[in-house]
This record gives sequence, structure tokens and C-alpha cells, in this order.
Amino acid sequence: MIAVAMSGGVDSSTVAAMLHAEGDDVVGLTMQLWNQRRLAGAPGMGERRSGRCCSLDDVHDARRVAETLGIPYYVVNFEDRFEQDVVRPFAAAYAAGRTPVPCSLCNTAVKFDQLLATARQIGADKIATGHYARVSHNPQTGVHELRRGLDDSKDQTFFLWGLTQEQLSRALFPLGGLTKAAVRARAAGYGLQVADKPDSHEICFVPGNDYTAFLDAYAAEQGAPSTPTAGEMVSTDGRVLGTHPGVQHFTVGQRKGLGVTAPNPLYVLQTDAATRRVVVGADSDLMRRELAASACHWIAGAPPAAPIRVTARIRHRHRPAAAWAEPLPNTRLRVTFDAPQRAITPGQSVVLYQDDLVLGGAWID
Amino acid sequence: MVRAYFDNNASSPLMPEVLEAMRPTLEGAHGNASSIHQRGQAAKAALEQARANVAKLIGADASEIVFTSGGTESNNLAIRGIVGEWRASHPSATALPHLITSRIEHHSVLNVFEELERLGHPVTYLRAASDGRIEPAELQLALRPDTGLVSIMMANNETGVLQPVAEFAAMARAAKVKFHTDAIQAVAKVPIDVKALGCDLLSLSGHKFHACPGVGALYVRRGVRIQAMLYGGRHERERRAGSENLPGIVSLGAAARLDLADNARLAQLRDRIEQTILASVPRTGVAGAGQPRVPNTTDIYFDGIEGEALVIALDLHGFCVSTGAACTSGAVEPSHVLLAMGYPRARARASLRFSLGHQNTADEIDALLAILPELVQTQRRLVLPDAAPTLARLA
Repeated sequence: MIAVAMSGGVDSSTVAAMLHAEGDDVVGLTMQLWNQRRLAGAPGMGERRSGRCCSLDDVHDARRVAETLGIPYYVVNFEDRFEQDVVRPFAAAYAAGRTPVPCSLCNTAVKFDQLLATARQIGADKIATGHYARVSHNPQTGVHELRRGLDDSKDQTFFLWGLTQEQLSRALFPLGGLTKAAVRARAAGYGLQVADKPDSHEICFVPGNDYTAFLDAYAAEQGAPSTPTAGEMVSTDGRVLGTHPGVQHFTVGQRKGLGVTAPNPLYVLQTDAATRRVVVGADSDLMRRELAASACHWIAGAPPAAPIRVTARIRHRHRPAAAWAEPLPNTRLRVTFDAPQRAITPGQSVVLYQDDLVLGGAWID
Repeated sequence: MVRAYFDNNASSPLMPEVLEAMRPTLEGAHGNASSIHQRGQAAKAALEQARANVAKLIGADASEIVFTSGGTESNNLAIRGIVGEWRASHPSATALPHLITSRIEHHSVLNVFEELERLGHPVTYLRAASDGRIEPAELQLALRPDTGLVSIMMANNETGVLQPVAEFAAMARAAKVKFHTDAIQAVAKVPIDVKALGCDLLSLSGHKFHACPGVGALYVRRGVRIQAMLYGGRHERERRAGSENLPGIVSLGAAARLDLADNARLAQLRDRIEQTILASVPRTGVAGAGQPRVPNTTDIYFDGIEGEALVIALDLHGFCVSTGAACTSGAVEPSHVLLAMGYPRARARASLRFSLGHQNTADEIDALLAILPELVQTQRRLVLPDAAPTLARLA
């Protein structure tokens, strides 16, 4: 039996339909991850439940797809786990002046961990998702390999670098060889009501992608002492250009909403939670050739013995750039690009590739 | 491919004889019970026959039975009806009466009290002991001179534990306080005599004992006044407006006549589940074991599993059981009843409720017991180690 992680969107719905059509024994599971009513009413959070994550509309869509296909379907409650492993680290990262990638945490810690465990408990031996990525078993090396999806514009391996061999051995990505257009065509062919449903691009648990409102509301709910995060906006030579409402409002490379005027366009170069300073400068100041990263994970298992040639991606939409990747002690990593890269951002992932093969990744310091 | 349905406390199937009794009302043999013509008279006769049957089941007078749309309405009508009547008769009062209920009530009671609390009533929520029982001493301590209503359930929907309701009623009566009991999970499972019990109001629901969903009743002791919630016609002695749901009410009347002797058989089947599981599966236990309970219900914890996953696995094998409370999406939250009894969260999440109905057979129990121990063993092996989170691995 195969468990399909169904979000109610077109991708995972099509996965369920494809596997079902191929004659697989399929069960649909939707993860209930966050209660949208929890922070409703807080400033900027909307009056009632809002946002996409676990919205009743999406659950309704997933349930209807399962009914159409005639497969068993269940909603499973992982709210505790999601808060512990995704929401809290997300909030903590922003508080520390970093820009987190919650989807990576969710994949590694929830979807391919708790959901996979539940799937196995109910008798499924594999879990299928709507990710645009490919997984295959290399009989020569015995390694389960992760590769980029064929549709380069939809490739989601940036969020999957944390998967282990055990997780990959049980993962199916049936859309990895398809384009988004082909997936929509298939969905229509299967008669799925969600074939034309728009894609979601926001962080699923943050209504309207207003993450600062979410962070404020969550901190207030948790009774966190409101430590001031407002501070000075300074230039690279330390001149104070103005003030800002809080470091969590800024991310490296940001240009809009800085609240200071200058003859040339200014960009955020650095946020420092300790001094509450936001350093701004010219676009050219954003360029860096080197980054350091932590908690490096190598998908094949052991790290390489010596620096290796890779292409490295530093954010979801970044085109992987040629670099040397050098494993350091204590799962640390140094990446040196051939050419300077713009806006290397602490808290984001760096993901390492050789052609379409995903070697692994790490969290940028 | 349902092989056996063990979720009768959620909704129990219509029994064949109940369906037969309903059939004429569905096939158009009846008019509106308020009409003058013979069709209307036939409806009125069927309605009153059902009322007499329900009254007899709980030892009430027929005039004391108000038909409702189900358990939730009965509970709302009882609580809001008493509070509303108090307000109507105390138009210039400055302080609202104090109310008492328990933490293990069904949400159709609990949420009414939470709303009344929001409107300014002081409310005391009695605690349950670890065996699921509410101690009469707790009520004695909670009663105040300004208490206006006590509402405590007769049998808990999750554990089946029977509360000492007669004692509660006596205490309330001594304090001149109205007493309501939600008997939705007790009616037709244990003998009930409202006169001996001494309650002022009692709620019951049809589909919890093999009548159809969408019908229930509220017993209102003669002389107790309640304010109606619905405005309309003068139905149900002006306590519940709206044309009567005749098919539902007739099904309720028919279900009220089902043979209660069969409950002894259900108790045996229930005991067999408990004995087999406790003997063959380590780290299990029964909620409220040793306490008086209704015969059809058992809530068993299987430490070290996720109840949600076990319910799904059983469903995929054709067995319907339940765990916790379903939220709007259909996901499960740990039972507030078990948490109130002091269960740790993990144990509450590892608890399954098996609730039997008269349609269940010994063969069905055997089929369940043939696979359940192995499913538990498999799941325990596949459960994640207590989340010392993946974060350690990641950051």
C-alpha cells in the first residue's frame, strides 16, 4: 500500500490519481498542521481563520478527490509536532536575525518523518508526494539518489536536501518527470475538480505571507517577553542613517521598505539581532564568494574526503552556481563560488548538486 | 467492506424493527399532527404513542417529554431554558446565578456553559477523579447560595463511567437548585427512573440507541418551567416550536421499546474485549475500570501507540472504532475527558473507544480480537522515539 500526502492541491491530487490508475493500493492522508483560528484576531492576522495551511477548503478538496477516486482518506493531526519542529524554529530564526526555510524543516521533520511513520503504522510501505523531484536507487552503489525534477521551473529539491537514505528509500515523487502543464492536463484527464486550482506560493501557516504579523502574534500568544528588536539602520562605515522597527522585518538583499533615502539604491547587507542593527549598502556590497554553513547533510551518507566541484544553490529560485564544497569537522561546510553570488542569507539552505544529482545541503551561518 | 461497527456511542444503526415502525411515516400515511383531518389525527396518535413509549422508558409522565432535534438541542434547551426562565422572572436582578457542571461533559453541555460564563454567569467546573468519577463531595463544596443550576452527565460518552447522579440530584434538591443530567449515553443502556433519580431535567438522543439521527427528547419534570429557544407555533406545550419530526419521533418511540435484556450480552462482549486485550497486550488499561459503567462502552489505552494511526489501521481492516474528538477538518484531538481524568497527553492520544450496539455479534468481537493485538505490536515497533526532535539533526 502507498500513502499519498494529499494537500488538496493539484499536484498531490494528481499523484493519488496516477498511482490509483496504475493499480496501486492507495490511501490518502492530509496533515492537520496548524490551527488557523489560534492567532485569529491578533493584529494583522485577520478576524477569523485565514491562510492556506490546513484550511477547511483544502481538506474539503482533498477529501473530494479521494471520494472521486474511491480511495480511503484520512486527516491526521500533527499540530504538536509541527509547532515543535517547524513553527518554533521559524520564530527563533527570525528572532536571531536569520531568514529560515520552514518548508525544509517540515519535509525533514514532519512529512518524511511523522507522516511516514504514520503511513507505515497503518500498513503502507511507501509515501508519495507531489514534489517535483526524482528519486532512484543506484544498484552499483546501493544509494538512493535524489535528482532535480525535469521541470526546472518547478524543481523542489531545494526543500528536500535533508532526506536520509531511509526516508528516500520509502519516498515516491511521481511528478518528477513531468512539467506543471502536463500535471494539470493529467488532472483534467482524471476528472479532478482541482485541475485548475491556483498554485500556492506562500508559507502555508502564515496568512497572506505577512510573516512579521505572524511572528508578533505568535510571540504574544506564547507570552514571550517582548524584547525590543527595533534599532538603528547603519551604513557599511557605521554611519547611522535612521531607525528601523525591528530586525525581523528585514532580510539580506531586501530593497523595499527600508525607510531611509539615499542617492543610490540601498539594500540590506546584514541584520544583527545582538546589536539590533541593520546594515545597508550598495547592491555591489551584497556580492560574496564564500559562505560557511552548519549541520551539513550528505544524502549518500558520508561526506567526501576532499573538496569537490559542485553547483550550489543558495535560495529556492537561485540558479545553481559553480563552486568548491569543502566538508569541515563537526558537519560544517565551506562553499567557495567561482564567481561572487548576490545576497547570501543566514538561515537559508545551501544545496549542493552535480548536474541534476542532489549531493546534500546545509544551513547557511 | 465494514466488517464490524464498534462506534455506537457516536451513532448507532437503525434497528430493523425501528425502521419498520418508521416506514408508514415515510411513505406518506401521516399529515401534520396539528391538522384537523384524519391524516393529521393519525400523526398526532403516532406522536403521542411515541411520547408514551419514551416516557415509560425513563419512568416519566408523557406530558413531561419534549421532543427535540437531538441531544445537542436537548442539552441547550435544558440549560439555556432554565437560565432564560430565571432571567425572565428576575428582570431587575443585578447578579446572574452561579452554575455548576463538570469538566468531562459533552461539548453540547460544556460549550453552553462557556457561553453563559462569557455572558457573566459564574461557572464552576467540577473535576473528575482518575477513575472517571465525579465525587459528590466536590459538588457539595461547589454549591453556593446563589447557585441556580447543576448539570452533570449520567454516563460519560468516552469512558462509559456512570456518575452518582441520584446523589447529585439529592444535594441539588436539598439546596433548592435545579438539576439537569445529560443521559444521552445512558438511556436504554441502564434502567432509568426519573422519579427515583430526582432530577428536574434529563436529555436523551435517538441515534445513540438505534433510533434515527436528528431526534431527541428532554424530560422536564412537571412544575419546572423552562424558556423556549425557538419562537413559532405552540408545539410541545410551547416549549419547542416547529412541526414535529414525525419519522424521527416514531423511530425514537420504537427504539424505546427495544429489549433491554440484550444489554447483558453486550456487557459480556465488552468484557471479552477488555479481558483479551489486557491479557494479551502489555501496557494497556481500561479507563474507569472498576467503576460502574454502561454495558456497551470501553476505553482502552495502548501506551506507545498513536490512537489515530490505530483507528485508521483498524478502519482499513473493516473495523470502525474511535479515538479522541474530531475537529472540523476530521483530524483528532486528544479527549478532554481523559485529560481531565489526569491522563498524560500521550496516553490520551493512545486511547481507543469501543462502543457496542445491539447489532454486534460475538463473531465480530472475535474478528476484532484476532487482529488487534498484532496491529498494536506492529505499530509500537514503528512509532517514532519520543521526539527528541529532528532539529538536533538539522540545526
